[in-house]
Amino acid sequence: MKKISHRINENNIIIIATLFLIVLLYGYGSLSFTGFLSMQVFLNLFIDNAYLIIIATGMAFVIITGGIDLSVASFVAFVSIITASLLEHGLHAYLVILLTLLLGIIFGAGQGYLIFRFQLHPWIVTLAGMFLARGLCYLISTESVEITDNTFMFLSDYKLYVMGENYISIGVVLSIIFVAAAIYLSKYTSFGRYVYAVGGNVSSARLMGLPVGKTTIMVYTLSGFSSALGGFVFTVYMQSGYALHLMGMEMDAIAACVIGGILLTGGAGYLIGPVLGVLSMGMIQTIIMFQGTLSSWWTKIVVGFLLFLFILLQRLIVIRRGKKRMHSIADLHTDSASTKQHASIS
Amino acid sequence: MSQFMIRYTQSKLFWPFAALVLLLLINFFTIPGFFHITIKNGHLFGSLIDIMNRVIPLLVIAIGMTLVIAKEGIDISVGSILAITAAAAASLLEVAPLPYAILFALVIGLICGLWNGILIAYLKIQPMIATLILMTVGRGIAQLITGGQILTINNKAYEYIGKGFLLGFPFAIYIGLAVFCIVLIVKKKTALGLFLESIGSNKTSSHFAGIRPEKMILIVYIISGICSAIAGILVSSNVSSADANNAGLWIELDAILAVVIGGTSMRGGRFYLGGTLIGALFIQTLSTTIYSIGIRPEMTMVVKAIVVIAVCLMQSGEFRKLIRQSSFKKKVNEA
Repeated sequence: MKKISHRINENNIIIIATLFLIVLLYGYGSLSFTGFLSMQVFLNLFIDNAYLIIIATGMAFVIITGGIDLSVASFVAFVSIITASLLEHGLHAYLVILLTLLLGIIFGAGQGYLIFRFQLHPWIVTLAGMFLARGLCYLISTESVEITDNTFMFLSDYKLYVMGENYISIGVVLSIIFVAAAIYLSKYTSFGRYVYAVGGNVSSARLMGLPVGKTTIMVYTLSGFSSALGGFVFTVYMQSGYALHLMGMEMDAIAACVIGGILLTGGAGYLIGPVLGVLSMGMIQTIIMFQGTLSSWWTKIVVGFLLFLFILLQRLIVIRRGKKRMHSIADLHTDSASTKQHASIS
Repeated sequence: MSQFMIRYTQSKLFWPFAALVLLLLINFFTIPGFFHITIKNGHLFGSLIDIMNRVIPLLVIAIGMTLVIAKEGIDISVGSILAITAAAAASLLEVAPLPYAILFALVIGLICGLWNGILIAYLKIQPMIATLILMTVGRGIAQLITGGQILTINNKAYEYIGKGFLLGFPFAIYIGLAVFCIVLIVKKKTALGLFLESIGSNKTSSHFAGIRPEKMILIVYIISGICSAIAGILVSSNVSSADANNAGLWIELDAILAVVIGGTSMRGGRFYLGGTLIGALFIQTLSTTIYSIGIRPEMTMVVKAIVVIAVCLMQSGEFRKLIRQSSFKKKVNEA
């Protein structure tokens, strides 16, 4: 068993800052509002944001390789509406779930292929993917479609009781499993290593003989799968399919990654980060809800401000890292110079 | 002849222009009276005038975006800046005369651009991320200004900007042309234009040539902010209201598309203002065509997505190589 170090360094400082923020927000909330400190309020954070946790975690892989996926929110809306309309036509629920997950994989792989094979900018490709998914939503239905399928009703009403009276939903269980799998994938598999290597420096990854193309396509496939899974969780949560679901949620997912310490330049970050990012954003929302008099747009302003702080923090880390690298190169030079001197003296 | 063809098809402006002409031809054959322009009360009316009028806010933003993209940047906050300036102008119009409201809106656009520029040029934050902040906060601020309501504007002079006619043409067209010409002159005739292009092509060598990239990057984001403010004034005066949630929603995406279709690479370098003009016209014509041909309006986004991917593939060197190889193989097989 490896000893876990407790030192604060530049790799984990953002995670620690985010944890500190969550504790601070939670402390503020429980001191200011009665009823905030209940276990269920805390668990509701997970229930309300389960889909976002899954999607942000999938997105984290893409961001670590230095890319971006803007299509996630539209794809969730697409999954919700295609699930609703297929169920309306009498298809079996499990078949529908399987189909949507498969669609997510194909959609993501297609985007990844375009990005890698033709060297297109991830921004443009996933932007087009975003348009495509939203447009397909409108084609299927412009109205909100309610889901009355028994299986989905059962999944939605299912409550897993933890610690007495408090419960979590199926979505939360799925999101926890997904995050655990993502952490395992990033830390203990060769795929995870490749992802970090590609994000750190594409050219050197290629020179090392790593499968850059396969990795790129894989991360977008993973992101497509995670948005399909997130879409399923969201559909179960909302009980309806609607083309206008989750407008602009891709920015929330990116923000969660930033606050959770996934470096946007790629190559660094822990997969637990997005979860913490989502939790702190959810906490802000809960506080504003409890406060009552503040309007909903304050959420946007506060989240934006937080985003700014964390981006600054990231920037400082990158600057420090750059300086350190410069120093180590300088040290190398002086070392080699002194050995040369020694050699000439002797 | 083939030499001639190759030279013209290699030009960056050829493909977008060809696509626009193709689209207009489709309209010509499918919609009777598409090119018909009538004069009512001394004003020109017709589908073409309508397209030209509606494209102006998008065009103005796309011009700012062209400069930003030429610096390897991106500004996704334009829609939010548009919403803020529209809300600010509308709310100030209730208490102050028109010139102050317009000036105030422009100053707010400038401040937003300055904020983006400082983050990107001096704090060296990635452009997309830096503008993401304002994009998220911007709608919140706009809602804060309007108090969550849709502000209606009752000022005839202000409404003239977006709805009025001058010499038969909609007044907005003149504003759009003015912005286009000013930026074009700056690009072609001033040292600033030369510096802007050189930094996009090679940051390091222009740094050695004594150009300060930071200052130039700051300037382009300020220009982009002011362009968004102009678009905000145009949009709000056209619909006589300021809607914090929906004003300029997704206009950043349309603007990026217009720039990319116009041949300016997302990787920076040379920029083509004429291409952006054609790109913006193309997008607006596409939307109008879809509405008037009778395809369901919901198709707009699907068509846009397919067009974007097609145009980007055309521009991708890898894709051209693939096509060339396959046609070469065919020739070999035939032989």
